[in-house]
Amino acid sequence: MKIKVQDLIIFGLIRLATYFVVFIIAYILLDIIVNGIGAINWEFLTTFPRKGGSEGGIFPAIVGTLYLVLLTIAIALPLGMASAIYLNEYAKQTRFTHIVRLAIITLAGVPSIVFGLFGLGIFVIFLKFGTSILSGSLTLACMILPTIIVSSEEALKSVPMQFREASYALGATKWQTIRKNVLPYAIPGMLTGSILGIGRAAGETAPILFTAAAFFFPRLPGSVFDQVMALPYHLYVLATQHPGMDEVRPIQYGTALVLISLVLGINIIAIFLRSYFIRKYKW
Amino acid sequence: MSSDTLNNEPAIKTHINSDAGCGQDNTTNNTKISVRDLNFFYGTRQVLFDISLNIYDKKVTAFIGPSGCGKSTFLRTLNRMNDIIEGTRHNGEILIDSKDIYGEKVNLVQLRKKVGMVFQRSNPFPKSIFENVAYGPRIHGIKNKGELENIVEKSLKNAGLWAEVKDRLTSNALALSGGQQQRLCIARALAIDPEILLMDEPASALDPKSTTRVEDLISELKENYTIVIVTHSMQQAARVSDYTAFFYEGDLVEFDVTKKIFTMPAKKQTEDYITGRFG
Repeated sequence: MKIKVQDLIIFGLIRLATYFVVFIIAYILLDIIVNGIGAINWEFLTTFPRKGGSEGGIFPAIVGTLYLVLLTIAIALPLGMASAIYLNEYAKQTRFTHIVRLAIITLAGVPSIVFGLFGLGIFVIFLKFGTSILSGSLTLACMILPTIIVSSEEALKSVPMQFREASYALGATKWQTIRKNVLPYAIPGMLTGSILGIGRAAGETAPILFTAAAFFFPRLPGSVFDQVMALPYHLYVLATQHPGMDEVRPIQYGTALVLISLVLGINIIAIFLRSYFIRKYKW
Repeated sequence: MSSDTLNNEPAIKTHINSDAGCGQDNTTNNTKISVRDLNFFYGTRQVLFDISLNIYDKKVTAFIGPSGCGKSTFLRTLNRMNDIIEGTRHNGEILIDSKDIYGEKVNLVQLRKKVGMVFQRSNPFPKSIFENVAYGPRIHGIKNKGELENIVEKSLKNAGLWAEVKDRLTSNALALSGGQQQRLCIARALAIDPEILLMDEPASALDPKSTTRVEDLISELKENYTIVIVTHSMQQAARVSDYTAFFYEGDLVEFDVTKKIFTMPAKKQTEDYITGRFG
């Protein structure tokens, strides 16, 4: 009897912990949706802000975030995947690769503001890219590289060794084996992990604070060397720096809703891609 | 004619191990693979000691011995599959058609095209049946669809699988039964038109009926291929092979005509093993 009660209590606590997580997410989402949905309309999504962000839309911030994310993908995905392929398929297990792995794990734990300052020092000032999409994307790419490398390596590891052996035994070269018989099965895992990293890049403020973001930029960026407006930064300024902070509350919520929808959208793409590939290649 | 060919290999002839089968019907055999004083190491651990033997053309040679005796490692030196394991090294030589396969000019791709391999656990790729068989030919540069179709059909026929799968070549290979998967792997190995087929316990994961099919297949294939098979089952070695090599703890204890190994083994160790006294 006593054991049964104990069992029930522990079960109840574990269940409560789970509910708590759901509660937090549900609360945040509901709060943003309820307060933000009123601000969302066609004009909000397609026009420039007016009067210091107190009126008008957030169109350039949406476009800016998309540009940043796209360029970040273009930089980080090939780099990260290539590193993972090198580490898992080519590199011998030496002291050097051990250090590389350690560096990657450490990099994953570096706070995003540190990446922001690093980007300011290296890309903006030293390499003279200025405050620009390029600097911002490079900084974001540095930030999400560890995620991409680690998840890509895990995906490569999960491909059974027998596939490689069978391919070598048929006379395939290393690259043929990787391209035809390892990557196709690893791609789902690689993409899923990578897209989650990219979702994070879309939502971060600190890395673009000094490297890319402008609170207001009167036109859409024309090249990668232009400054850019971005959703997280726009939200940050409206919520902390704006003189009429309380009056623009609906715009803040609207911006937050758009940002969260974007990130969720990216994650949903990841989930769909994964299930598509899993159906295509199962073993 | 065939005995001439054997005599034309003095380098090999003079080295012939007394165990290495100067048996009764030896004169009709041509040496396909000749191994001389092979030592093999994983890091500092030596797993093969001074192995010398000849494997004859279009015969089935079985390697038997208890687990860990080095028979699989030895098999995998014959197509240099051990190369992909870090920290392995060897000395001695392995000649296939009188050419040293560990020589400097050896093209691994060509070697493995000539020496096909079937693994213990059937390992079809998670692709269609057709793509599995076509994988090898594609790698070796065959692009023409008709040509690929011919190769796939011929290979599946040779592996005794065609009748069962001809209507579903595009379905996933993993939907096949275990026995069918293993025959598919044989078909895949045959598709690159090898001369030698290495089989590492090809039937150990199969049910008795599938095992019989694979064994029958081996007997058919030896008309055109030199087959080397590693097996745990002595009955299987007795049933399918012409020659048998018994390995124990990295040594080649005895190598001879299968009939002789199983009826009048020269070494006490061999006798103990085949009569089930150890291992």
